[in-house]
This record gives sequence, C-alpha cells and structure tokens, in this order.
Amino acid sequence: MRYLPLDDVDRAQMLTRVGAPDIDALFADIPAAKRLVSPLDLPNGLGEFEVERRLARMAGRNVAAGSVPFFLGAGAYRHHVPATVDHLIQRSEFLTSYTPYQPEIAQGTLQVLFEFQSQVAALTGMEVANASMYDGSTACGEAILMAHRITRRRKAVLSGGLHPQYSDVAATLSAMANDEIVRLPFDPRASEDIAALIDDETSCVVVQSPDFFGNLRDLRPIAAAAHAKDALLIAVFTEAVSLGAVRSPGEMNADIVVGEGQSIGNALSFGGPYVGLFATRLKNVRQMPGRLAGETVDADGRRSFVLTLSTREQHIRREKATSNICTNSGLCALAFSIHLTLLGETGLRRVAALNHAAAVDLAERLGAIEGVSVLNNAFFNEFTIRTPRPAAKLIDDLAARGVIGGLPVSRLAPRAGLDDLIVVAATEVSMPADRRAYAETLAQCLQAGGEK
Amino acid sequence: MNNHGRPTRPNAGAAPRRGTFTGNRALDMEEALIFETGRLDATGVDFEAPGPFTSKLGAHARDGAIGLPGLTEPEAVRHYVRLSRNNYSIDAGLYPLGSCTMKHNPRLNEKMARLPGFADLHPLQPIATVQGALELIDTLAHALLTLTGMSAVAMSPKAGAHGELCGMMTIKAALAARGEDKTRTVVLVPDSAHGTNPATAAAIGLSVRAVPAEADGVVSAEAVRAALAPDVAAIMLTNPNTCGLFERNIVEIAEAVHAAGGYFYCDGANFNAVMGKTRPGDLGVDAMHINLHKTFSTPHGGGGPGAGPVVLSKRLAPFAPAPSIVRNGPSLSLAEHGEETQAFGRMTAFHGQMGMFVRALSYILSHGGDGLRQASEDAVLAANYVRASLADLMSAPFGDRPCMHEALFDDRWLKDSGLTTLDFAKAMIDEGYHPMTVYFPLVVHGAMLIEPTESESKASLDLFIMSLRDLAMSALAGERERFAVAPVAAPRRRLDETRAARQPTLRWVKPAPA
Repeated sequence: MRYLPLDDVDRAQMLTRVGAPDIDALFADIPAAKRLVSPLDLPNGLGEFEVERRLARMAGRNVAAGSVPFFLGAGAYRHHVPATVDHLIQRSEFLTSYTPYQPEIAQGTLQVLFEFQSQVAALTGMEVANASMYDGSTACGEAILMAHRITRRRKAVLSGGLHPQYSDVAATLSAMANDEIVRLPFDPRASEDIAALIDDETSCVVVQSPDFFGNLRDLRPIAAAAHAKDALLIAVFTEAVSLGAVRSPGEMNADIVVGEGQSIGNALSFGGPYVGLFATRLKNVRQMPGRLAGETVDADGRRSFVLTLSTREQHIRREKATSNICTNSGLCALAFSIHLTLLGETGLRRVAALNHAAAVDLAERLGAIEGVSVLNNAFFNEFTIRTPRPAAKLIDDLAARGVIGGLPVSRLAPRAGLDDLIVVAATEVSMPADRRAYAETLAQCLQAGGEK
Repeated sequence: MNNHGRPTRPNAGAAPRRGTFTGNRALDMEEALIFETGRLDATGVDFEAPGPFTSKLGAHARDGAIGLPGLTEPEAVRHYVRLSRNNYSIDAGLYPLGSCTMKHNPRLNEKMARLPGFADLHPLQPIATVQGALELIDTLAHALLTLTGMSAVAMSPKAGAHGELCGMMTIKAALAARGEDKTRTVVLVPDSAHGTNPATAAAIGLSVRAVPAEADGVVSAEAVRAALAPDVAAIMLTNPNTCGLFERNIVEIAEAVHAAGGYFYCDGANFNAVMGKTRPGDLGVDAMHINLHKTFSTPHGGGGPGAGPVVLSKRLAPFAPAPSIVRNGPSLSLAEHGEETQAFGRMTAFHGQMGMFVRALSYILSHGGDGLRQASEDAVLAANYVRASLADLMSAPFGDRPCMHEALFDDRWLKDSGLTTLDFAKAMIDEGYHPMTVYFPLVVHGAMLIEPTESESKASLDLFIMSLRDLAMSALAGERERFAVAPVAAPRRRLDETRAARQPTLRWVKPAPA
C-alpha cells in the first residue's frame, strides 16, 4: 500500500522491541467477542490511476457550473478565483499544518489569521473579527447564542429575508437550547416591519442584506429600534463581494456581523467547505466564539502572533465555553485572505461593479419577457423574478435545455405560497451571451408551457 | 491540542541574535503585514470596468474607502510563500500531536476534490444535474457504515465538535420522542474527555456529571453505574480514550447505560486505532462522529476545514437531521426538509463538506478494506514502538501496558530536573520536530501524548526516538540551558502570551502619525 512505509521486516522488528508476539496482542483490550475477524466488506485497495478513473466517472455525471449559462446564487456564488490562490493554499506548510498551537513554528498561519481578521473587520466595518467559523449559517447560529449571553435574554427575532436554511439552523439550535425564536414570514419584497416585534425580552434581531431575495435593506432604523430596547442587531450577508459596493453593516450600526465568505477565494464545491465570517464590537470580544490571533512579541522582542483570549474556548473552559467550536475553516480563510489581497480595495470595487452591472442587465432582459416581473427595488448581484408558471418546473425545463437559471424559492421554502418565484444571480463570470441565452431560453420554456 | 491554559513568557538570559541589516537570516525571512506593504490602488487582478449602466443600488451604495490593501501578483506570491516558510507541516516532518492524527495527506485527494464536476458544482443545482455528487456522498456513507457497523449516518456536520453537537441533538430528539427530554438532562463525561464534550452538552442545555477513571486509565462499569440515574440522557465516552487506551469495559458500560434508559455517544476522534479491528456498532454505541480530517487524511489546513459525519444506531437513525439522500431506483435525490422522517432539524446550510467527502472517499478507495486495517495496525504498532523505546527514561502513568495509536507519558520523570513538559516540548522544536500534545488529557500531570501515525517509516521513528532519548537524558543530566532557552533555532523564540491576552491587539490599526 503506497501510503504505508512499514514493511513486514520492520513490523517484526518493532513487535520484538515492544515485546508483543503478534500485532493482535496490542489489541487485546478489545473484548474478544467484539473483535472483527472477517475482512471489512469494502473493495480492495486501488492504484492511483484506478481511483482517478472511478472518481472522474462520478464527477462526469454532474453538470459543472462553468459548462453552462449559470445563474444560481442563494447563499453560494460562482466567481473567478485567480490561479495564484489555489496554488498558494496548496503550499505544504499551509495545507498540512495543524491549528497553530506552537506559535514559534506556526507564524505563517498566525500572521495570515491576523491579516484575515483585519481584512474582515475592515470589510464589515467592525472593530474585531475572529479567525473564522465553519460557514455563514453556523456563524449566524453562534451569533444568536452570543447575543443571548450579552443581553442575558433568550429570544431572537429572524427576518423573513434571512436565508431559509440559516433560519432552519438557528431554529434547530434554539429549540435544542430551549431558547425562543420568532421567524417572520418570507418577505420577498423587503416590506416587513421587524422593528415592531422587538420587545423587552428580545435579545437580538437577525437581518440579512442583501437578503435571500436579493433586496438591499437599510439596517439603520432596525439597529436604532433594537438599541432602544437594549437588544442587538445581528447583520447577515451571504455574498461577501457585495461589501465592495454597498454600505457595510458596521456603518449601519450592527452589533454582530456574520456572513458567508465562500464567494471570495473559495470554490462552490457543492456546499462546502466554506468559511464563516464573524465580526463584532471590541466591547463584546470576550463573548465571541471561535479562535483569535493576536499580536505580541517573542523573547527577542520581535513582533509575533499567537492564538489568544483562549479562556473563552472549550479546551480551557469546557462546559463554560462560549462555543464548542474547535477546528474551524483555516484553509478557506487563507483562500479568502489571499484572494482579497490580490483584489485589494480597487479590485474588489471593480469586481463588485461588474457583478452589479451583470445583474442589472439580466434583470432588464428577464423583466422584458411577457409575464415575468422583477420584484426588487434595490439589489446587488441577485434578484427575484415572478414567473407565470410554477418556478420549480421552469428551472427543470431550463436545465434540460442547458441553462441553470436560479433557485425556485419553493425548493427551500415549500408550502410558503411562493411557488412562482425564482432567485437569480449574475456575477462577473456571466457573459452577455449567457444572459441572452437565459432570456431566450426562458421565453421558449414559457411559450412551450403555454401551448400544453 | 495545546498547552491548555499555560501561557509562556519570554525566557530571559538567552544569547542575543547576531543582527543583519534586513533582519533576515538567509532563508529565514521577516515579512511585513499586507497592511504595511499593500496599497489601496494596487491590485493583482485585471478587470475592465463595466460600461455605463443604471445602478440599482439605490441609497445603499458604499461611500468612502474600505481600507483594504492590494498587492500585485508577484508581491502577493512572495508574501504568502515567505509566510508559509515559518510553518511546520506534516509534509516536512513527523507531527506527533496526540489526538490529532497528523497522517500523510495524499495529493491524489487534492486533485480529485478539484475535478470541475465536484469543485464547480453548486449545492442547489437541479437534482438531475448533481447525480454524481449524490452518488459520491452515498458511496462514502456506505463505506463509513461498513467500517463502523452502524445503521445510518448524518453527513452534514462540518467538524468533530459540530458532529458531537449533531449526535447529542439526535439523542435529545430521541428522548423528546419518548417524552423524557425534560427529565433526562444530565450527560456523563469522564474527566479525560476532550473539552468539546462538556462544551457540546452545555450548548444544548444539558449538564455534565463527571465520571472518574480508574487508576489504570479506563472507566469502569461500576463507576458508570454509580453515576447513572433517571436524569441521565447519555454518556459521552471517547474510545480509544484520550489516554491512548481502549475502554475495555465498553460493552458492559453500554449495557448499563442502555438499561438505565440512556444513550451512548462515542467520541470517534481516535477511530484511526481500530479500523477493521472492531466496530462501534458491535460495542453498543448509539452515535459517533468521525473526523474525516483525522482518520481519513483530509488536510488540517492550519485549523480546518474538517468534516464530522455522525454514524447512528438503528434507534437513533430516524432522528438524523436534514438533509439525507434518498434512492429511487437508479436515481438519487435529497430530502432537504426532513419530510417523512422525525429529523430534528438542520445543522448547516446545504449538505456538508463535499470537498472533504471527495478526499475521504479517495483515501478509502486507495486503501481498500485491507489497507485501512493495516493502517490502524501500523498506527498502533508505531505508538507502541515509541512507548516501549522511551519507557526506561520517561514515566508512563499507566505502567507498561500496551497503548492504542498514541503513547501517553507524564512529567514525574522530570520532577528533579526543574524542567516542565512545556520546556521539553519547546526543545523538541530545536530538534526539528513538532511537539507532541502537551498538558492533555488533564487527568495526567504534565501530560505528553505522542501519536506518530502509520505514515512514518521505521527510520523516521528511530530518529525520533533517538532524538527524544537524547533530550530526555539531557534533561535528567541537568542540562537546563538546552531547555530553558528553547527554541532558539525556530523562526521565533518563546512568545509573550500573557501580553497578548492582557493587551489584546486583534487587528491591524493604522499607526498614529509621528
């Protein structure tokens, strides 16, 4: 087996040193009746070429996003990632190192985390960010628990514009912890009055912008209403590139900001691994979950970085920790940080403008189709269309004609009476020809459906 | 694992470094922050600005600078390459972190995860366009069930601790279905458990009752029986445990917990010791997470991403969270809302760590059933080889009984040297090794937990053993200087961790003008 360096001569010599007659003597503590005697019912090991062949066959049964006109977002976004990013994250020293617990030999990872935290803080307009969470949805759940700790209240109010699976994750966590959660009805037009629901028991309101339906929301009045009741505003985003074009949640007085960082530096990868971004005000830092890299000096007085404030964490505090999180999303945070460094302020603003232009163009094209209307007033790179036929069937028809046209809202929000809505995204990788193809194919599908 | 709440202070009395003009020393280079070298107007990405169009941002457009530095491509490459060189890695050397399973990360797995059919696939594409992805997840799920002898697996948890949370939520849901979730609110956790175990229990409103281990390092059925009561929801037991021992009373413990109406959660962090040797399903386990980033070789990446699928017994299977894969004849689909089951909810958006699933399946296909068993046997043999080769110099808390895939020592042998476990660990750095896990498990004083894994050749193990013997003899001979100033050859000397915590600087801030 190519990954196992020991041979039978080595094994025999080692057993002699150990003083064991055979390898099974080392497994003697396994109750005799529970020892596996028959071989595992798994195929025999394969050479590298054969593994490649099998997995490539499975991969070939999927329609890669880049092979078709592609307009799906809804929490995960297809962007161009420079080749440099994937090359650098595969450096052995980044890829195959552990959490930087021995800082003298982990300064590479630690400085990257410090830079990542600084970038996330700047991007979100907040004072401090952690070294990453699993993804946006789990970061959102953790933010609610953090708000409960800060306010000593246990009721969260979720906007109807929050990604439905983010709401599901938060609801699951709250139910298990016996906390209260209020979910507003799905709000495709950003018309809900969430401020009216904040009362003296409310710990936090959770509002996404751009929201699940693509709407941009002004968080300032919501923050003011929350603060008037000593509650917190948790601002959520699923498209980090939007922050290159729209006002940051920090500027709009959010107390905690969480988001999905996948769209900078990371592949779609069928939903994971992604990277959760988590930022807050400095005064809340000791209630923040997750790891933090901080600056210090070494014995020679040289600037150095180290994991710090770990008295919040499970390995020290055990059941009193701020979270049970241990492994987070280090390599995805690295990819995020490298891509954002390559973009810089100028590149991020440019790519954000391209996204917005592509989405505006597509919205105009789709909105011009008879029976199709665009719901949104203000949006970034994603918007919602109402179609004259059930959206789920339309999306399947489009896929059969080689276009991935977006997300039928009913897939994530069944039985919500939103069966005629499609959430559509266009990024910098959508070409004008792709957008034309989408509009033409959608018109054809609607016509074909109308004739039946 | 880390040095558990024991901040180091910079060591005094070290010889000063000879200065160079740049501060660099040949290949050892200092690297400024991107915030110091980057510019707001520099970029490593060429995009043309969009043509004229009517903005739909409304009143939400950003005004003012964000403050993000940019670097051109050559500058960025140099920055990250230089930083990377300050990291130790499994590719560069033996990485004996106990409980972390730092085994070789095959590059084939990286190549497979990057196939466009996996990497460039959106989680919400029409089901007809992702059949190969569902097939991959289903194939991996079946391999995990075969390895563990369990009934079902929840694939979505994103790391070990997330898997623990998923497993304990499943148990809570099963108790709720029995109408006992309000009365059964206590979880039994041995003192030797990972910190994530009690933190997980607390996160879902359960309280922890400690169970002591016996003098021989394992939990006895008597101790568990003594702690069992009608308020017990479950036991969380790591097996093999964090002392590197197989919990040999595990079957009796499982039976006692079940008889008392509780469930058995097994922390599967140490599954690398027992693949093909025994199956948790045969031992009475109800739920167990599997760290794909430990046992199945997906890279640790400097702290994630991981993946923590949770295997479940037949009686817990109905409560597994959404999503799950459903087979309809030749085609596969996703149940995303827990329809037709008693799913307790959802752990995360989408379907889990697909990138890690591809790597783990690539690893399993490469090994086959025999290869996985051989990997576990080699891992256990390597740990015992290290243990037996150091036993005459270093003290083992549980005598010379065989260990599983990690060897545990304590600091009794250092008692008269004036040195600590931390000193010993830092001196290992100068010898070119990453230290072992230190000060964990907490039940052993000054713990040193060594997990060499199956990836090391005998020559590599022999050099490691000789190096540790040399260090140990040096310590016992009273050569304190070698330890007190260590490390001296690393990119950094010991850090002032107290200062980092007392005056936290957690992001770059623009220096005030002089």
